[in-house]
Amino acid sequence: MDLNYTHEQKAFRDEVRSYLAEELPARLVNKVRLGKTLTKQDHEEWHAILNKRGWLAGNWPKAFGGAGWDAVQRHIFEDEMTRASAPRIVPFGLGMLGPVLQKFGSKAQQDYYLPRILSGEDWWCQGYSEPGAGSDLASVRTTAERDGDHYLVNGQKTWTTLGQHANKIFCLVRTSKEGKPQEGISFLLIDMNSPGVKVRPIVLIDGEPEVNEVFFDDVRVPVENRVGEENKGWTYAKYLLTHERTNIAGVGFANAGLANLKRIARLEQANGRPLIENPHFAARIARIEIDLMAMSTTNLRVVSKAAAGQAPGAESSILKIKGTVIRQEINALTRSAVGPYAMPFASEALEDGSNLGPVGPDYAEAATAQYLNNRKLSIFGGSNEIQRTILSKALLEL
Amino acid sequence: MNFELTEERQMLQDGLRRYLRDSYTPSIRAELKECDRGYSRDVWSGLAEMGVIGALFAEDDGGFAGSGFDIAVVFEELGRVGAVDPLIDTAILGGGLIAALGNDAQKPVIDAVIDGSVQLAFAYGEPASRYDLSRVETSATRDGDGFVLNGRKAVVINAPAADQILVSARTSGDAADRDGISLFLVSASTPGMTLRSYPLVSGGQAAELLLEDVRLGSDALLGDEGGAFEAITHAQARATLAISAEALGLMESIRQLTTDYLKTRKQFGKPIGKFQALQHRMADVLIEIEQARSAVINLAGHIDHPEEIREKHVSATKNLIGNVAKLVTEESIQMHGGIGMTDEYELGHLAKRLIMVDHRFGDAIYHLERFISLAVA
Ligand SMILES: Cc1cc2nc3c(=O)[nH]c(=O)nc-3n(C[C@H](O)[C@H](O)[C@H](O)COP(=O)(O)OP(=O)(O)OC[C@H]3O[C@@H](n4cnc5c(N)ncnc54)[C@H](O)[C@@H]3O)c2cc1C
Repeated sequence: MDLNYTHEQKAFRDEVRSYLAEELPARLVNKVRLGKTLTKQDHEEWHAILNKRGWLAGNWPKAFGGAGWDAVQRHIFEDEMTRASAPRIVPFGLGMLGPVLQKFGSKAQQDYYLPRILSGEDWWCQGYSEPGAGSDLASVRTTAERDGDHYLVNGQKTWTTLGQHANKIFCLVRTSKEGKPQEGISFLLIDMNSPGVKVRPIVLIDGEPEVNEVFFDDVRVPVENRVGEENKGWTYAKYLLTHERTNIAGVGFANAGLANLKRIARLEQANGRPLIENPHFAARIARIEIDLMAMSTTNLRVVSKAAAGQAPGAESSILKIKGTVIRQEINALTRSAVGPYAMPFASEALEDGSNLGPVGPDYAEAATAQYLNNRKLSIFGGSNEIQRTILSKALLEL
Repeated sequence: MNFELTEERQMLQDGLRRYLRDSYTPSIRAELKECDRGYSRDVWSGLAEMGVIGALFAEDDGGFAGSGFDIAVVFEELGRVGAVDPLIDTAILGGGLIAALGNDAQKPVIDAVIDGSVQLAFAYGEPASRYDLSRVETSATRDGDGFVLNGRKAVVINAPAADQILVSARTSGDAADRDGISLFLVSASTPGMTLRSYPLVSGGQAAELLLEDVRLGSDALLGDEGGAFEAITHAQARATLAISAEALGLMESIRQLTTDYLKTRKQFGKPIGKFQALQHRMADVLIEIEQARSAVINLAGHIDHPEEIREKHVSATKNLIGNVAKLVTEESIQMHGGIGMTDEYELGHLAKRLIMVDHRFGDAIYHLERFISLAVA
């Protein structure tokens, strides 16, 4: 047992740290710290900076233009990114589709799409969920019918995160109604500029149009845009989900959130003392911090197993549940910490280019919006209820 | 023991429920989101006409009810539809304080409140005061016959629509002293007072108030100079009852929406309400809402008791309401899945209104600490 990083790992960490110190634009740091909405350009700017250094795709093998890091290195990188308040890397192309194409895509698909993900030419979004297919993803109904060397796609996807920025969407579509629902699904790459694709934004409770509905009306998709075999899409989808679930604990986000919470609690005065000295408030922060300390180590235990080549299985469900609950509780405490200044609706002030200053202290502006927005953490990527079911089946064998 | 409503209150409840159900149509909700006043004038006049505002005042003050249970009945109904009408600000706080402290020249404002023609706001919080009523740094200094006010007031709800604003200011003592706090009735158009208006997460509007050499005549003073604290505490107790009852109404509607959803939303070939994991959590929500109802009843029954008894119930109720509100909000969103995250769906507004209850009149932690000190004392 050794809880500490090795020399190489420490050296790597220092290298990441100094690169971020030099290259991460202060403008972006400021936006991330204040919880401002990042624009498409902000994301693209940051992706380009990381790509220049070869660090945009830490999880991709070097052969495909990635950094080829192991799980511990990736963990260190994520940790340093959140510590430095860098924008998160948008996961759809880099974290999700990339690995699927590398494992199941044709040579032509790999050669064409992977470089475009790195260069930012393509912005991908994820078309899995449908109005009737949420937790029960295998019940997707969007159909793709063969018509010569094309598929004709009809149906609707929903909850498509940042679909408004995307020019490409990877979808689960139904190519057969025979057999078990999982057996008639294919994995299709669709150009969102094709005729018949319509995107409608959905505003969430924080006031942001973060997700979308995507409609397909007789959309013609070349057969060569199918990944892998027809009707085998479920296998690829599940593989992608295991990638969706890396860094699922969000330890970095929790650490950053906790530091921010403590900073606010030091600045806020309650009863003539800093709020952080209020024993009841302090106790709640302490309980979260204690939980987070242990969870970081749970996370590292899983990460180091993964680095040694053992794919994380049901353990990732432990990280998903504990990690999201901790982050949500930090958000709730942060909302409490800002007191009455949690009440102003700051949506406009959080937009880029807004000339409205904050109503109260600047740290208060995003507190409620973030609390509301992060209710999603326990819903998406397999809800916490679904994760508990996975755990009780896989680890408890109930 | 009798926990049934009296006949009068039952009638008030039935009438108000019908009126609000008919008034809070989807189109009015959409309008309200865009409106700079924060509430609908039509709904407001309807409430006045029905006597709902009058039910919040005692007969001596020109109303016809005004007890704790009247407040509870009215606000639970307002909560059920997620109403955004500023009844707490105009009637309970503004009107209540004028009823408690006003002189004969000031009292007629209450009639105008009851008939729906006047809007009020109460500016007591300050950027550094958090939930402490005694922490007043805004100053009022004698100036000949009148006063000059300087300072800043924070998150003053309904200020953008208010004709008159009640402003607390210190005429003597140190920042946290109970003595030395005075209350002034200030017309919204008084020179030197500027408003920065903004919408609230829970609907409605508020403003930051900047007071720069605001000159007032002596007739603006409400009650005795330096002696407003007790009345402010009592008014806030009544407002805490109102918002707690409103929270209860919100919880009831959210519970109904969520159970309906569990019955209709199908995944894996059956309604999700068939999964025991969700059934048990919904059962916990139900239990906690019953606790919230009892806490509101406790506070309503003690609202006009002597201060030590009353304030213990204030803190007990508000602490419990804050905790249950968090549970109900979070569980309802979670059990709805993605739909629960959307602004368009009815739950969104109700859930946001419910969670914001914790940020008025002291949150769960504030009242936990306060309850401990009151219980020990
Ligand atoms: C902000 C946000 C962003 C998203 N982004 C994307 C995206 O980019 N692409 C995409 O494809 N999808 C996305 N999703 C969709 C997300 O994956 C789904 O919301 C999620 O799978 C849950 O499905 P649902 O919303 O239909 O809820 P439902 O499946 O209807 O679930 C409702 C409730 O029932 C519970 N439940 C369901 N089944 C069971 C069971 N068997 N046992 C116990 N409880 C159960 C759930 O846990 C939940 O609490 C996003 C969702 C959100 C909220």
